[in-house]
Amino acid sequence: MTTPIHLTRRSLLGLAGLGVGAVALGGCGDSEGDSSAIDWWHIHNTDPMLPVWAAFAEEFKAENPGTSINITPLENEAYKARLTTVTQAGNPPDIYHTWGGGVLGQQIDAGLCQDITDAVAPWRDILTPAATLPYEIDGKLYGVPFDIGMIGFWYNKALFSDAGVDTPPTTWAEYLEVVRRLKDAGVTPIALAGGEKWPGHYYWAYLAMRIGGIEALTQAGEDNNFTTPTFIDAGRRLAELAALEPFQPGFLGASYGSPDGQGAAMGNGQAAMELMGQWAPTVQADASGVDGGIGDDLGFFPFPAVEGGRGLVTDAFGGGGGFAIGREAPPAAIRFLEFVSQVDKQRRAVATGALLPVTIGAEDAIEDPNLALVADTLAQATGFQLYLDQAYAPAVGQEVNDRVAELIAGTATPEQVADSVTTVAQR
Amino acid sequence: MDRSLRRRRITDRITIGLFLLPALALFGLLVITPILLAGYTSLFRWNGFGGLPTDFVGLDNFVRLLDDPIFLGDLRRGATLLVLSVTVQLPLALGLALLLNQKLRGRALYRLLFFAPYVLSEVITAVLFTMVFSPNRGLANQLLTVVGLGHLSSTWLSDPSTVLYSVFLVMTWKYFGFHLILLLAGRQNIPKELHEAAATDGAGGWQTFRHITLPLLAPTIRISLFLAVIGTIQLFDLVWVLTGGGPLHASETMAVTMFQYGFQRFEVGYASAISITMFLISLFFAVLYQRFVLRRDLEGAMTNMGAQR
Repeated sequence: MTTPIHLTRRSLLGLAGLGVGAVALGGCGDSEGDSSAIDWWHIHNTDPMLPVWAAFAEEFKAENPGTSINITPLENEAYKARLTTVTQAGNPPDIYHTWGGGVLGQQIDAGLCQDITDAVAPWRDILTPAATLPYEIDGKLYGVPFDIGMIGFWYNKALFSDAGVDTPPTTWAEYLEVVRRLKDAGVTPIALAGGEKWPGHYYWAYLAMRIGGIEALTQAGEDNNFTTPTFIDAGRRLAELAALEPFQPGFLGASYGSPDGQGAAMGNGQAAMELMGQWAPTVQADASGVDGGIGDDLGFFPFPAVEGGRGLVTDAFGGGGGFAIGREAPPAAIRFLEFVSQVDKQRRAVATGALLPVTIGAEDAIEDPNLALVADTLAQATGFQLYLDQAYAPAVGQEVNDRVAELIAGTATPEQVADSVTTVAQR
Repeated sequence: MDRSLRRRRITDRITIGLFLLPALALFGLLVITPILLAGYTSLFRWNGFGGLPTDFVGLDNFVRLLDDPIFLGDLRRGATLLVLSVTVQLPLALGLALLLNQKLRGRALYRLLFFAPYVLSEVITAVLFTMVFSPNRGLANQLLTVVGLGHLSSTWLSDPSTVLYSVFLVMTWKYFGFHLILLLAGRQNIPKELHEAAATDGAGGWQTFRHITLPLLAPTIRISLFLAVIGTIQLFDLVWVLTGGGPLHASETMAVTMFQYGFQRFEVGYASAISITMFLISLFFAVLYQRFVLRRDLEGAMTNMGAQR
């Protein structure tokens, strides 16, 4: 009876010894890795950007021997969910994708990312000033941009001229008139992904910007008060548009990128316009399965001005992508961001057509004339407002999306939208 | 004698304990701990970032639930789906199960076909039906047009007034095969002699069904019902992919609401309160159902220390 026990004890001790050894070895590996291993999460899990990022990492490693970069590319929604879980554990990646604004603010409050103002200061002047705005909070910089874009109307020139509209509208009254004319001509004026909600909030936000100016939106965020005349008026004007029934059939449940969604409706030439960001032409072509989408018929015009409004038609609404630095990231992580921000790297990324430049001097790498127009409009922008569902705290942003969707569907009044967004903001 | 018996009992206990330990450890770590943790975080206002929550709000999150039109809507929609499951899906499965118990040509093929949807994953089913229900070029509307019912064509998942029924249609398509197989197995366990005896006594089809098949199938029906209810309470993936809970929350379930608060609005405290409520509803139902409905079926299968002593 004693032998097996003895054996067991010895083997147990042996196992324990192995364990200690393994922990010690593991510890060595970790401490060594601290200086040079970079964990990097980004959301370009498909072509064309996936190989470009991978190539940048390889080049950086070649220039900095002893550095290693572990790349984790994740799909957009999967990324949000996984980042939430790792940040809840208090352990963010060293470099991770951020849209700036409210979510980044919460991460800063929880001490999950680094203030990189001083680290970036020596080379910050190579970046377009507007591009860093979403990552600047209380005067400090928490992220480095790699993409910036803006929302505007993408329209089908052929359908517009069929309806007798030769020039894009520049005021809201003109815009409503164009919608009426398109309807009279039997064309679906606007494609909208009502099922995903965020595309609808662009209308409300842009209207508020044109009516009250960017200051009104910033002020609302600070005061947690959205019941001001600016937002009520924006809601009324949006309700006015929705009352014309300008959207495609079944828009309430439509998604954005699916073969039956908003982008596809544009790519198939089934709708005359959509209010969307710089990625719209790519999605139109991909989702519709029509090579090149509507091609040369595609045009871009900025959101029209509202008569008597304080906002300028040159104020841009949009956002981009950037990278934040996790709290335990090695200094090499920031050096890597400097590396990818250089103009030669930006030109390569921009040449894929997936990103718009954030580095001064990379603009000429844009090949698509429509994207060049967006970049140009953005370069001359008199002001920049980040997407509301990013700028404000996530709960507020989602409430905006949710309630504006109800406004468009006609089940909520402008006042109800303003009230419930305010309630959530003050919670 | 008495001492050795006691010793054996002790060793028995130890053996039982050792065998139970791995399962208990896993159960504790992966089931009990998360429940306790969710119960704890549900008492805080917490966005989920950085360490443990600190802003204690007591039962505020639960009070808020009772006043939340979306959550109350979830309960109403859940009840609707439940009633539809019980009144449409289960009778359909029962009817088909009895039919497939008859001797008919290609019976095995039918069984396979009817069970096939259950084998598909929820996500694939949902993607499939987003295409079927596509308002512009979906199969559903095209079929209706072909058979001359074009006026019935609809936007299915895009209309708040029809979306819940469309979701139920998909649920039925997906799950009736499972209930069918359960009921079929139950039906096959009924001894032939009983039906033969009834036939000899001159009982008609309905009488045989009413007085023999149905009572003897009752345990299976009760299990089937139980699984349908629990499944409906926890319904998530199908809805999430099919509609995301929309349009305008018209197809949202408790689990979808929980996910949206937890992972999109970062109100993890409130989302925990929703999950705890879901857990309590499931638990309450399961306990009551087992105590009062499944009591006869579970006799001997569940420990009942009180009765033994």
